[in-house]
Amino acid sequence: MYKIAVLGDRESVLGFQALGLDVHPAETVEQARKTLHTLARDGETAIIYVTEQYAAQMGDEIAKYKDSVIPAVILIPGKGGSLGMGMRNITDSVERAVGADIL
Amino acid sequence: MPSAQVNATRMELTRQKRKLATSSRGHKLLKDKRDELMKQFLDLIRENRALRKKVEEGLMQAHGSFTVASALMSSEMLEQSLLYPKQSVDLDMSFQNIMSVNVPQYQFTTRSADSGEVYPYGFATTSGELDSAVDALSSVFEDMLKLAQIEKACQLMAEEIEKTRRRVNALEYVVIPDCQSKIKSISMKLDENERNNTIRLMKVKDMMLNAEIEERRRRTAEAISQSQD
Repeated sequence: MYKIAVLGDRESVLGFQALGLDVHPAETVEQARKTLHTLARDGETAIIYVTEQYAAQMGDEIAKYKDSVIPAVILIPGKGGSLGMGMRNITDSVERAVGADIL
Repeated sequence: MPSAQVNATRMELTRQKRKLATSSRGHKLLKDKRDELMKQFLDLIRENRALRKKVEEGLMQAHGSFTVASALMSSEMLEQSLLYPKQSVDLDMSFQNIMSVNVPQYQFTTRSADSGEVYPYGFATTSGELDSAVDALSSVFEDMLKLAQIEKACQLMAEEIEKTRRRVNALEYVVIPDCQSKIKSISMKLDENERNNTIRLMKVKDMMLNAEIEERRRRTAEAISQSQD
């Protein structure tokens, strides 16, 4: 049985607690980074949702898990709104696969 | 492409020919794999985009309600209300093989099937906006899971396509031309050797013939001088 984690600032992630997800509020980016590593390493968390506001400053860490099946690190907009990073990620994978942005 | 030192032997020629055949076959197969992967990848990407847009919109709506709720309630109250969730989610994962890429498939089960059971708090002390925030989140949650599945699949397939593309290019532009030039140079060298040999044999035959003609002439002259005596 796998777990689903949500990582981000307190206000953005608190609501997910009602759904029964593993919520990990982080006050600083540094803390978010550490939590991401612990979650990724325990092997029980299959999906980690990270708010874009934090993800913007954790590019390297997130890129590290791009090619592994577990965990899937998925960006979601935080309370500050979407930064368009999620969409940019899709474009990045197209570019990686095709060599150019064809869409 | 100038090949490195090759032995100009028949054995090497056979080896290179076999290598060329394998490479061409591999090149064709990998190219087909790349094309099919690309086709499936583009379908997935389209789906991914649409889903992400939907999820982002849903989440923004939930965040909006949540912000209002947190303005109406004290943060302690808010946290307290959400502290013990009624609902819990179990996630199961299986794998689907898309063109040799293992892509995760998520199945989730919620503890209580009733969607009205998501509110972990009493309604007396909480704001109505919190209800709509939780409602919005629970309705977008299924799409969020689907998004996770598709987005991971896209990432994994992008990696595989990149690898396959590199392999196809390496075969097409390095391995196969290299092999062809090696085969050409070996067969040219072998032909050259063959001609050398023929010429040598012709020369030797010439020399032997000449010697024989000399010998016969000498004998005829001897015979003539004897009969004159």
